[in-house]
Amino acid sequence: MKKAIITGAYDTDVGELPGSSCMGLHADAALGAIADAGLNKSDIDGVLCAYSFTEPHLMLSSVFCEYMGLQPKFNAAIVVGGATACIMVMQAASLVESGQCRNVLVVTGDNRLTGMAKGGAVATLAKVGHGQFEHPYGMSVPAAYALVATHYMNEYGVTSEQLASISVTAREHAMMNSKAHRQTPITIEDVLNSRMIASPLHVLDCCLISDGGAAIVVSAADSGGDRPKTSIEIMGTGQGHTHEHIMAAPSLSDFGCKQAARTAFERAGVTAKDIDVAEIYDSFTITLLVELESIGFFERGEAGPACLDGALKIGGRLPCNTHGGLMSYGHSGAAGGMFHVVEAVRQLRHEAEGRQVEDSQLAFVHGDGGILSAHCSLVLGRV
Amino acid sequence: MTGKPVPVANPDSAVFWEACNEKRFLIQSCNSCGEKQFYPRALCKSCHSKDLEWQEVSGRGKVKTFTVVNHAPSPAFKADLPYVLALIDLEEGVRAMMNILDCDVADVHIGMDVELTFERRGKQYIPQAKPVSKG
Ligand SMILES: [Zn+2]
Repeated sequence: MKKAIITGAYDTDVGELPGSSCMGLHADAALGAIADAGLNKSDIDGVLCAYSFTEPHLMLSSVFCEYMGLQPKFNAAIVVGGATACIMVMQAASLVESGQCRNVLVVTGDNRLTGMAKGGAVATLAKVGHGQFEHPYGMSVPAAYALVATHYMNEYGVTSEQLASISVTAREHAMMNSKAHRQTPITIEDVLNSRMIASPLHVLDCCLISDGGAAIVVSAADSGGDRPKTSIEIMGTGQGHTHEHIMAAPSLSDFGCKQAARTAFERAGVTAKDIDVAEIYDSFTITLLVELESIGFFERGEAGPACLDGALKIGGRLPCNTHGGLMSYGHSGAAGGMFHVVEAVRQLRHEAEGRQVEDSQLAFVHGDGGILSAHCSLVLGRV
Repeated sequence: MTGKPVPVANPDSAVFWEACNEKRFLIQSCNSCGEKQFYPRALCKSCHSKDLEWQEVSGRGKVKTFTVVNHAPSPAFKADLPYVLALIDLEEGVRAMMNILDCDVADVHIGMDVELTFERRGKQYIPQAKPVSKG
């Protein structure tokens, strides 16, 4: 089996980008990643796209290839909500490991902040709820995650302060990153005093809605080329899937992240303790807390106190979401998950200026789609 | 302003929604493996048998978890704010999402006893939960 490496990674400006378009963001992200890999358009023989709210299409990857004048040997769109970016990377790795492709472009982007009417993204997202058995009850995505948060608070003693500290840490990291969408300092009190969306989740417990795009290039290790940047090995990947609708989740404590991470760690031959930096899907504060415990980075009931104690900060026990995450760096649909991948690459290349985790060799990246429904984990390493 | 969503039945769920209009909540019981399931499907999700039987529930259940929603996902729900969204574990061992009606949102708690009630949405009644009536 050939080895899969990430040769290029790039994200566009993130935030409120008037004049941006879904395909334009895809194009900018793609050009950036291809250049970062030291490749040309003609080197790309595989393309993976995700989905878009502003330019939804049955064949988004074909639309993108046509837009860019690409005629790849492999082309597909993958749609698994917030797990999409990681699943695309896993799929790209399979394509080069099996010898079907040499260089796969994995590209995401959406202008869901400026490209939709106010409330449009929230209303569209709410459709992950079951049309007959959830949607009629006014379930929003934050409300669905709030159901899990209430359960965790009741079962494991998680507090609002602990959840708030996750948001504050993300903001602190974003303040070290000039590209981040939100950089105003916030305190735990600010989070607790912010508008309640669905108890116990306040607006500052929730991710942002941003415009932006991100892309990587996954190459076969033996594909040659100049490779101006340090290559990053895709050491292990794994998925876990337990449900789509929160009403049908077999457990409200453990989710598919457990299986996804276990598989990725096993394939990489490492354990959670070996990870230097983690970029983990954080659509809400509770999302990250659940994943940290369910994956095994922390024992049950210990993630909350540890977060409050600074464990997730750069320099802490598990530096996490070093770019600022979905809550402060930005969230642009599938690109939101791809920002985590791009940040992991930057950390492993030691080019995360102003927020570098010292001597990081091993990164863990995780995506969660739906209501903790679909999960994919990646273990990435400095070659 | 558009009204709150009205469920649209499909061949899997037509019997369920017709029963709701008679204020009855049906689950499926598998004649092959005994598993009970909600929401309605064309087959048993455990053993894949299609030998399913409709069973009416007692109407009693407990709050598994809940949230008080303060920000509506669409304008249709704005008038209801704040409202309770909950996962209800019915006595028969199945779980469903419902709102908890006819109560102070501050009184809702995990483990709270509830019973089914039905709310009219256009020409369809949908199942909802309310605190168990006293006495
Ligand atoms: Zn069965």
